[in-house]
Formats: sequence, C-alpha cells, structure tokens
Amino acid sequence: METDTITAISTPIGEGAIAIVRLSGPKAIPVTAGLFQGKNLLDVDTHTIHYGKIIDPATNDVAEEVMVSVMRAPKTFTREDIVEINCHGGMVAVNRVLEIVLGEGVRIAEPGEFTKRAFLHGRIDLSQAEAVMDLIRSKTDKAMSVALKQMDGRLSELIGQLRQELLETVAHVEVNIDYPEYDDVEEMSNEMMRSKSKEVHAEIEELLQVAKQGKILREGLGTAIIGRPNVGKSSLMNTLVQENKAIVTEVPGTTRDTIEEYVNVRGVPLRLVDTAGIRETEDIVEKIGVERSRKVLKESDLILFVLNYNEELTIEDEKLFEAVQGLDYIVIINKSDLEPKLDMNKVNELAEGKPVISTSLIKEEGVDEMESAIAKTFFAGELDAGDLTYVSNIRHIQLLKQAKQALEDAMGSLDMNMPLDIVQIDVTRTWEFLGEIIGDTASDSLIDQLFSQFCLGK
Amino acid sequence: MVYDAGHYDVIVVGAGHAGVEAGIAASKMGAKTLMLTLNLDMIAFMPCNPSLGGPAKGIVVREIDALGGAMAKVIDKTHIQMRMLNTGKGPAVQALRAQADKPLYIKEMKNVIENEENLTLRQGMVNELIMEDGVCKGVITESKAAYHAETVIVTTGTFMRGKVLMGDLEYESGPNNQRVSVKLSEHLEKLGIEITRFKTGTPPRVNSHTIDYSKTEIQPGENKPQAFSYETTEYILDQIPCWLTYTNEVTHQLINDNLSLSAMYSGMKRGTGPRYCPSIEDKIVRFNDKPRHQIFLEPEGRDTEEVYVQGLSTSLPESIQHDMVRSVLGLENAEIMRAGYAIEYDAVVPTQLWPTLELKKIPGLFTAGQINGTSGYEEAGAQGIMAGINAAAKVLGKDPLILDRSQAYIGVLIDDLVTKGTNEPYRLLTSRAEYRLLLRHDNADMRLTETGYKLGLITEERYNKFVEKKRLVEEEKKRLSKIVIKPEEHVQQMMDEANGTPLKEAVKAYDLLKRPEITYDMLEKVIEPNESLPYDVREQVEIQIKYEGYIKKSNEQVERMLKMEDKKVPDNLDYDDIDGIASEAKEKLKEVRPLSVGQASRISGVNPADVSILLVYIEQGKIARVAN
Repeated sequence: METDTITAISTPIGEGAIAIVRLSGPKAIPVTAGLFQGKNLLDVDTHTIHYGKIIDPATNDVAEEVMVSVMRAPKTFTREDIVEINCHGGMVAVNRVLEIVLGEGVRIAEPGEFTKRAFLHGRIDLSQAEAVMDLIRSKTDKAMSVALKQMDGRLSELIGQLRQELLETVAHVEVNIDYPEYDDVEEMSNEMMRSKSKEVHAEIEELLQVAKQGKILREGLGTAIIGRPNVGKSSLMNTLVQENKAIVTEVPGTTRDTIEEYVNVRGVPLRLVDTAGIRETEDIVEKIGVERSRKVLKESDLILFVLNYNEELTIEDEKLFEAVQGLDYIVIINKSDLEPKLDMNKVNELAEGKPVISTSLIKEEGVDEMESAIAKTFFAGELDAGDLTYVSNIRHIQLLKQAKQALEDAMGSLDMNMPLDIVQIDVTRTWEFLGEIIGDTASDSLIDQLFSQFCLGK
Repeated sequence: MVYDAGHYDVIVVGAGHAGVEAGIAASKMGAKTLMLTLNLDMIAFMPCNPSLGGPAKGIVVREIDALGGAMAKVIDKTHIQMRMLNTGKGPAVQALRAQADKPLYIKEMKNVIENEENLTLRQGMVNELIMEDGVCKGVITESKAAYHAETVIVTTGTFMRGKVLMGDLEYESGPNNQRVSVKLSEHLEKLGIEITRFKTGTPPRVNSHTIDYSKTEIQPGENKPQAFSYETTEYILDQIPCWLTYTNEVTHQLINDNLSLSAMYSGMKRGTGPRYCPSIEDKIVRFNDKPRHQIFLEPEGRDTEEVYVQGLSTSLPESIQHDMVRSVLGLENAEIMRAGYAIEYDAVVPTQLWPTLELKKIPGLFTAGQINGTSGYEEAGAQGIMAGINAAAKVLGKDPLILDRSQAYIGVLIDDLVTKGTNEPYRLLTSRAEYRLLLRHDNADMRLTETGYKLGLITEERYNKFVEKKRLVEEEKKRLSKIVIKPEEHVQQMMDEANGTPLKEAVKAYDLLKRPEITYDMLEKVIEPNESLPYDVREQVEIQIKYEGYIKKSNEQVERMLKMEDKKVPDNLDYDDIDGIASEAKEKLKEVRPLSVGQASRISGVNPADVSILLVYIEQGKIARVAN
C-alpha cells in the first residue's frame, strides 16, 4: 500500500560494534545494488548476506566496508523488500551510509514506520495493534524531544527568519496575483525574486556548512595521530585518553579491526581513528605509503603530527609535512625535555603557520597548550563557539538539502524567464521544507501575511 | 392552519447566487425542484459590488459553467465590461473579471429559472423545517404552506437575523432593506445547529451625473470577444468604462476624527468582519501610513445612474459618509443615492457539514452560500451547484459528488470550509490552492465537463464539442512532437526576433515551444501551420507543452495527496476508542468526522503521529472484519 522506500539506522547510535542501515520498500534492493561494490545484489538469493563496499556516487570513493543482507518480500519484517547494510560501529560510518542512501530517492522513515508497515501489511497480528500505536506515539514524542534538544534555539530562530523572508516575498507575488488592480503595491520583479532567492540560498548553504560542524560535535572530530616510529604517538594517545576520560570505548575484535576512542578535549569531542594502526605498526605512512595515507588523512578532520625534539628532521618527516599540506593539523614537538636536535626554524617554515606545540608527554609538560590548540583549531576564526548554530539532526540536514534544491529549481525557472507565479511554486516549497524543520507547517500563514502586509479589499 | 402545498424531490430556500445554481443543477439532474424566495424581483441580486470574477473567483465561474451552471452564461449576456486579469503572468493565475449590469443580471437569471424544466419558482418566507425522526423532510412557510421533499437546501445568504448598522442607526434587515429572516435561524438553533455571527459591509452608491470624471482615470473594458462560458458565442463589444480616483489626507482626517461614530468601531458590532473586504475605517486604522487608497467608480448598469464607490465600504453615519465621499477628487459634488452600511448576520459553522454540504446532524438538510460563512457571489454559486447536485443525487440514489483539491477551486473552497472551518467570511484566493497550476482558467472544461456530462448537466451537443476539442489537442501535440526544426536561416531569424538564443542543432517543434520566449504564433512561422485549429485548442496545446515540467511536478504531488484521500475513514469510527490520538486532535476529529485519512491530515491540530495512529486503527478494523 505504501509505495515509497524508507530507511533509518536501526541500531542504537553510538553503542555496539556494528551499526545497521535498514531500507524497506520497492527501491530498497535496486538502490543498494547501485551503491554496492561486490556481487550484483539484484541477482542474489533472498535472505543472503554479502561482503562488499558502499561507494559514494558523488566522489566515487569507498564510503564504507559493509556486509549487506538482502531479504525479498514477502517473508520480511515489513513484508516489503528489505536490505540491511551492516557498517562498522560508531556513528560516522553509519551516518555516511545513511546520507548516501538518502541521496538516492529513499526517504527517512518516520518514527515507528517500519513497525507500522509491518502492521499494515498484516505482518503483526491484531493483538499487537495497540502496541504498535503506543510505539508510534512514544517514538514520535521521543524523536520530537530529541530533535528539539538537538536544535539550538538560534537555529530555529534563524530558520524562522528565513521563512519570514520567503513568506514576505511569496506574499508579494501573491498580492500582485490576487489584487492585480492595486497599483500602490509595487509589482514584484524577477530581479527582486532572484536577489531574495540568492540571499536565502546562501544562508541555507551556510547552514549546511555549519551542519558539518554540528555533525562533528555529535560524532566527534575525526583525529589522526601521525609521525615516525618512536616519536611518542602512543604516549600522545594515552595522554589524551587518560587526561580526558574516554566517552565511548568500543571493544575491538568483535567484527572488524577498527577501533575508535572518543575523548572530550575542552568541549571538543575527538574521535581518535585508526588507533589500532598506531598501536600495531606505530606508523600508518610506513604501513600504507604516502599516497594512500594522504587519502586516509584527508578524511580526518584534524591531524596531530608528532615530531621528536631529540632527533633531526628526516626525509620521512618532510614527506609527512607534504602529506598533511592543506589539511588541519597541529605539529607536536615531543620530548622537549631532551637535548634539542630538531631544526625549529625549518619546522616552523614547513608548518606554514599551523600551530607548533612543544610537549614532553612523559613529564606531562605542554599538555595544556596542546589541548587549547586543539580546541582553538575547532573553534577557529569565524567559527566562534558562541555564535555557532548547529544543525545536527540528519532529518534536518535532509530537509535543508531539499529546501536548497527547491530554491535552486526556483532560480532555474527565473533563469528561463518563467512567470513569477510559476517560480513561486518552488519558493513556497522551500518555505514548507524549512517549516518542517521547526515543526511549523500551518498553511494559513501566507494568507495572514498577505493581509497584514498589504492593504487590500474593496 | 398549515396546509399541504405539494411534494418535491428537492426544495431550495433562497434564490441568490447559491440558490439559483442549486435549483438549476437539481432540476437538470431530473429532480422535481421547488425554489422559494422572499422576493421574486430580487433573484440573483448583487447586494454589493457590481462585478463577477477576478483571480480564483473567475476560474470558479468557469468551473460552475463546466458543470452546467448558469452564472457564466448570464454574466456573458449582461456585463458592461470584461477584462482578462494577470495577462502578464503565468497561465495559472489569469482570470476574467466582468462588471455586471445588476438589474439586467437579475432579469436574465430570473428568465433562466422560469424556463428551467422541473423547477418551480415561488415567493415565500420559510420559517421552519419539517422534521421526521431527525431527518429533514420539507419546509413550512410563514403563510402556513407545508412543502414536502426528500432534501432541502438552505441558501439564505446574509438574511438570517440580519442587522444593518450605520453610525448609531441599527435595524433588523436583510441586505438592501429587504425583509429579514428570523424564525428559520432560531429553528436551526433549536435543532442543535451551531450558529456564528459574521459581518460584512458595502460602500455608498453615488449618482453618475454628479461625478466629475475629468478628474479621474479611465479604466476601459477590453472590447474583446471573450467570455466566461464555453458555450457563449455572442460577445458584448460596446463596453462601458470604470473610473479610478483616490482618497486623500482630508478623507483620512475625517475618518479618524469620526471613528467613534462608526458602527464598526463603537463596539456595537458582535460579528467578525472579513479581512478580505475591509471597511475604509479598517484601512485607515490598520495602514495609517498610507497617504491614499484607491477608489474605483463602477457603474451598476447601463440603464441606471447609480455608481458603486469601490473602496469606501463603511458603517459611518450617513452625514459623515456624505463629507467623506465629497473629499475625494472627482466626487466634490457627488450625491449619495444609497448610503453604505455594515450588516451582521447568522452563519452556520461550516465544520458541521459533510463535504457534500449536507449537515451531519440533520440528514436531508443542505446549506450553501454565505450562510456557510463565505463571502462573494462566486463562492456562493460554487457551493450552490454542489449542494444542488448532491441533494438531487441523494434523492435519485446516485453517488455524491465531492471534488478534490486538485480538481477545482470549488473543491478547495468546500474542503477548506468543512475541514478547517473559518472564523471570518471566507474568500477564495489563488494562494489557497496548492495545485493552482492545474486549476487554470483555460482548462476548467478539461477538468469538469466529463463530470458534468455524466450527471446530466451538460448537453450532448456541448459534450461532443468538448470531446472533439480534446482530440484535436492530443493530435496537435503529437504532430508537434514529430516536426523537426533545423537551425536554418529563417529559423534563427525567428529566434532572434523572439530574443531567444539561436538553435545549435535540430530540435522538435514540441521542445522549441517549451521555451518561454517562443509562442505558438512564432512557431507557426517556421513550421507548416495548422490553420484549421481553433483558438482554444491552440491555447491548450501551448500551455500544456510550455508548462509540461511544472504540470508534471504538480501531478506528482497530487498523486501523493490522492493516496491519502483514498484511505477512507469508516463513518461509524469511535475516536474515543483510539488511545494513541492526542486529546486535542481527538476533539477536532470528532467535530469534523473526516471522510478520508487525507482530510484528517488537513485538520489543524491533528499532527502526523495522530494520522499514523488513525491509519493503523482503521487497518486494524479491516483486519478484524476479515477475521470475523
């Protein structure tokens, strides 16, 4: 009876060794198959599980190594085709996969919607109907309170403002339509519409940019520690973990080999990635080569690059500088208690203005400076912590993207010189998408606006 | 002594714009219909502005016509000028507006009613309904005539407990000093119908001889062969102009100084007035920074000197109205013939109605028009025709007709009324329609003729013409999709003349027409013209092709909406039995009793979780029935 395909993360977030993105509906299998590198999922038997990779179609990069279960209707929970994408535990991987899936015309499930579908398709028997309704209610209330909590007051205010601007613009178009003979209302022009659309579009883009920061806040700043062997990478890790209680520690070995440590440094959550690599081989560059390590590094939000004060700069060190060029990194000169052998002038030159911090991790010196440098990097420049408006809810991000797309459609119509009442259709949709973010979908607002903004009537 | 005055299928109480359409539709469908009205000389009287149509409203007139109604044909015969509005905008918002010849409109509409088969017209004041076991079975007039019927449609406009207000003058009256209807309203209240109090107003009329038109701006008609009705073939080309002038500081000062004398502002008024037609007092108070307001001088007909002063709706005392009018440029010596006034009246709270316009509480009783809380002749006519169709359908054992929001402005209007209700007189606006690109002036016939024909409201001859038009449209679209236009010199020249970018490669005529700057006329310069094609076919082809992408997008939205409309809510649903629904939503649902999950989702105060739970509950019921 429902014809669209829904998806959601169906494991509790931030817990467990694996996390699952579940899809249900007619497009579940074809969409996953289109993103999957491995067997052709369109041809596999029902109720089978397959190893492979999810490819991000935007970049053609491997987004995640996964195990995919394919279950065809009707013998499934919802009695629709179901795909479950098993990702690494932790929030980053699974969110990335969810976002990729959402970009393919699958919509995010409403609270309790899988269960609702199961019920509507007769999968759950009558006696459970009450429970289903309770579930929808409680999940909705919970989701609502979570969403509200996640939403900063400033964000809803900002979105409210954008909506008001759009509403005034639309009301202006409408007044010209419904009261064409009123000559004292200026005729809305394509140029006015264009400049307003551009303005709001820029604001939405900025919100989406900032959304990345919000995501980081929620998921942790992906942080890599690099450096030659024996410079003190493990000490750095241990210092960070010990100084700042790990917030989530995932047990290694349950499924795959990545371990992530979550630490909170002065309000900045760090997700220390590939720590296993550091523990085992002490050096990811050595392990995988500069080219590939550069790619790994690129996916990190922050790099802690450790040098030894007691040794001269080596070719490897310079290669590492090359590898982190253009990325966010902090140079940590460790072992500052030992005899200086490092050419600091050269280091400062190579560091191109990035912070260079001296520490002696063994003697616990310079740790404060390092932590404040980390915090500064995150809240750097224009990103003043006090002004940050975080968009962290994935539904909100999705709606912002839809709003942006609708506005781009409107601007496309403007470029084609379509009449404003046609352009207005997409501007109104933008307004509606933004309204969904803050839970305001009242359709009477336009008419209220029309009659408060303009003096109309016989 | 009450006497038995006869038996009918349908009785229509009132012969205003709702009543006449109701009577015509019911009788055309084959129901034996009686129309009762207070005064036979006031059939389809326009108590306020002398005009029909305009944005949204003009499209409604076309829709009424596509369902076989009379409004379009009558105004086509009796207007003094007609204009197409919003011609510089997209096709979705263009609409006709006509200035009516008021006395002629009455005469012509009376003639239509008198000559309608199955329709009996009689003068009389209805005081109460005949009720049998809670079902409405007819009416009783003040002269003790009992008329029996299967269904009754009440279209009493602003007559129920009407009260005219002007300064401190206040008296019971229908519009324009007609007799007021008091007993019927009291009777409905006794039957448990919830009544609310609304207010509207009208400006003064002045004598044309006393206007100095030289100080005003002329607003001529277009003198073009255009019409509301798809059946009209004769056009009025000698049109009469309207005139534009403005209020000024003196006018505003006068109003401000005398605000306390306005019935509207002195606290006498209980009813809620419409934002859509504010009084001049309202405008001055709410928009006090505006230096002037437009005043349109609109003749009320060809054979009358009365001129409607649009923009000066007021309930100020007559003496102030006099000074106010004379403060306006061009009206320095104007003589008021009728003063403006406000009128307060009883209206039925429309959420008590099914979407068929039958009252949930009283089977057999329908209400339509201003009594349901709307304003405007077109809104009234729209409800009238739907009530007429549904009242007759009920008697004849046919399916009810409910138009959805993607089919017609009529559908938007009625859905808004019965689902959301209204706290002020409701006016249709294009912005009320989510799918207005589909609800166009040009395609009203495409949307509704088939429906009208199936109900017996459209003649065979008209229907055949419509089928032929549809065929020609499809054929021409196919033809254009086959013609390939190469980037030859004369083509590039045409593109240049159209301010378009030159063609880079060969393109189908169909696709070229999609460009906003290329009209069908231009296209014809470079392809073999299809000369036999009538104008309205070309218009359809052009609009359908040019806006294809946008229309498709709208259609996709409609599909999603219709999926929810298709999920029916059982009539006997006990909302108290559904635990999960929030209590505010529950109260709303109990009041509105939506027919579909889609309608439920449009009720304010019913959130998506409530809708989900409702859906699950309904499915549970279905399963239970299968299980039993």
